[in-house]
Amino acid sequence: MTKDKILEKLTNFFKEDIVEFSEFRGELTIVVKKEKIVEVCKFLKEDPDLSFDYLVDICGVDYYREKDRFAVVYNLWSLKNKFRLRLKVYVDESDLVVPSVTSVWSAANWHERETFDMFGIKFSGHPDLRRIYMPEDFEYYPLRKDFPLQGIPGSIPLPGREKVKIQQG
Amino acid sequence: MEEKIEKIVESLGKKNIQAEFKEDPLGTEMILNVGPQHPATHGVLRLVLKLDGEYIVDAVPELGYLHRGKEKIAENMTFLEFLPHTDRMDYLAPLSNNTAYMLAVEKLFGIEAPKRAQYIRVIVSELSRIASHLVWLGTFAMDVGALTVFMWCFREREKILSIFDLVTGVRFTTSYARIGGVAQDITDEAIHAIREFIDNFPKELAQMEKLLNKNRIFIERTDGIGVITKEQAIDIGLTGPNLRAVGVPRDLRKDEPYLVYNELDFDIPVYEEGDCLARYYVRLDEMRESVKIIRQCIEKLPSGPVKADEPKATHPKKERIYTKMEELIHDFILTNFGGTPPVGEVYHAVENPKGELGFYIVSDGTGYPWRLKVKSPSFANIQALPLMLKGYMIADLVAIIGSIDPVMGEADK
Repeated sequence: MTKDKILEKLTNFFKEDIVEFSEFRGELTIVVKKEKIVEVCKFLKEDPDLSFDYLVDICGVDYYREKDRFAVVYNLWSLKNKFRLRLKVYVDESDLVVPSVTSVWSAANWHERETFDMFGIKFSGHPDLRRIYMPEDFEYYPLRKDFPLQGIPGSIPLPGREKVKIQQG
Repeated sequence: MEEKIEKIVESLGKKNIQAEFKEDPLGTEMILNVGPQHPATHGVLRLVLKLDGEYIVDAVPELGYLHRGKEKIAENMTFLEFLPHTDRMDYLAPLSNNTAYMLAVEKLFGIEAPKRAQYIRVIVSELSRIASHLVWLGTFAMDVGALTVFMWCFREREKILSIFDLVTGVRFTTSYARIGGVAQDITDEAIHAIREFIDNFPKELAQMEKLLNKNRIFIERTDGIGVITKEQAIDIGLTGPNLRAVGVPRDLRKDEPYLVYNELDFDIPVYEEGDCLARYYVRLDEMRESVKIIRQCIEKLPSGPVKADEPKATHPKKERIYTKMEELIHDFILTNFGGTPPVGEVYHAVENPKGELGFYIVSDGTGYPWRLKVKSPSFANIQALPLMLKGYMIADLVAIIGSIDPVMGEADK
C-alpha cells in the first residue's frame, strides 16, 4: 500500500471533499471537508484494500487564527497494510460542531470526549459527550491558547475552602 | 379462605407484571462506586458499576483524578525541558517514555541518534519493559491472592532499578534520553550488571511461573474471565499486550521498526483467548523476549559517540561549551529559546510496556511545541474495560482491572 494509491482512491471517490494533502517526514496528512468526515472515515475503514480499521487517536489543535481556528486530527492505522494515515478537518470558531465518528470506530468515544473537554469542539451524534478530565461544571476549555497556563483563579473550588469560610463566619 | 385466595388471584391477574419487571420493584439492580481511592484500581481510577446481585451489568470508568495538564505544560517549555514530565506519565517505565518522546522530537528536527545511543536506548527500554511487567505481574498475582509472587517480582525489579542507578544516575525518574542521543555513556560496570541480571532472570521467572501456572486458584480466577473478542478489541482500540492477547499481532517494534529493532531477532507472543490468563501469558513471554533482545544488544553494542553533533537541535558537550565561543552561543540559544525545528507536524509512536505510546507534535518553527499530544496506551485500554467487565462477577473486577495493567499517570496525563 503506497501513499499514491490511497490518494488515488480517495480522490476518485471524494473529488471535491479533499481540501489538500501534504507530506512531512514521510507522514501523509489529508485535509477533508468537515461535513464529509464520517463518509470518508467509513470509506477508509470499509474499503478492502485500504482497511483503516484501527483508530489510534483523535485530538484537537488550536491554531489561534481568524479563519479555521481549530483542527481535529484523526490518526488511523491499517492493521492489514501496517500503514499510518492522518486525517484533518478544520473547524471555524463560529461553528464548533464536527460530526462524530463513533459510528465508525467505538474507540472514538473517549478521544472525542477529550477533544471536547480540552477545546470545546462539539461532536454531533456522540452518544455521551461529557467532560472527561475536568469537572463537569468547569466553564473553560484549558488547551485553548487563550486559556492561561496558570489557570483562572476561582474557576475550580479548592478543597478545604468551605471549612475556612465556616471558621471565618 | 377461598374467597381471599380468589381475590388475590384476581388482583394479580389485573397487574401488569411485565411492566413491573422492567421497573424492577424489588431493586435487584444496584449502583456501586469503586474508587478513586481503592487499592485494587491501581491508582486513582474510578468506576461506577451497575450490579445485578453480584453480576456486573454495566460499568462506567471515570478519569481525571490525576490530570495535571501535561499537554498544556508542554506548550510552554522548550522540547528538552519537557523531558522530565515524560518520566511522570507512565511512572513504571520512565526510560521507554523518555525514548519515545525523544524519537518524536528527533523526527521533527530531522536528526538521528548515533548507533551506540540507539543500542543503549533499546537496552534501557527493554529493561524498563521487564521492570514494568514485573510490577504488573506482582500486583496482578496479589490481586487474585498470590502474595509471594509480589515479593519475588519486587525483588527482581529492585535489581533493575539498581542497574538504572548505574546507567542513568537515578533509580526512578530517569530523564536519561537527550535530543539526538542519551545523557551519558553506559559504563562497563553497568554492562556487567545487566549481563548478570539477564543471565539470572530467566531462572527467577521460571520460579515465579511455577507458583502460578499450575496454581488452581490463580487459573480459576483468570481463565475465561474478562474475555474480549478480536473484533471488539480492534474496534475499541485496545493496544499493547492486551491486543496481542486477542490474537492481533500488532507490535510497533515489528510493524514500524524504530531504533535498531529491525537488526534484532525476537518474536511477538500472541495468544487467541482474550481473557485474563492470555494477557498473563503474553506479558510473561514478552519478558523472555526482552531478555533475548538485551542479550543481542550487549553483544552488538558498537563503540562511538552517544549523542549526535547537531548544534541547532541539541546541546553540545560541556567541555566544549566552556572552551569554544561557537558552542557557548549554541548552548545559550538552546537553553533559552530551544532549537529551531522546521514548521510541520510529526507523530512517532513506540511500543511501550503498556502499548502504543505516541507523541504528536505540531511545530510552528520555534523552540516550543505549538501543540503536543500524548497518545497514551492506558487511556485506550481503560476505554475497553466496560466491555471486559460486563457479565462477570464483582469479584472478577479486581482480576480484570489488574490484567489490563492501567497506569493512571499516563491515562490522565
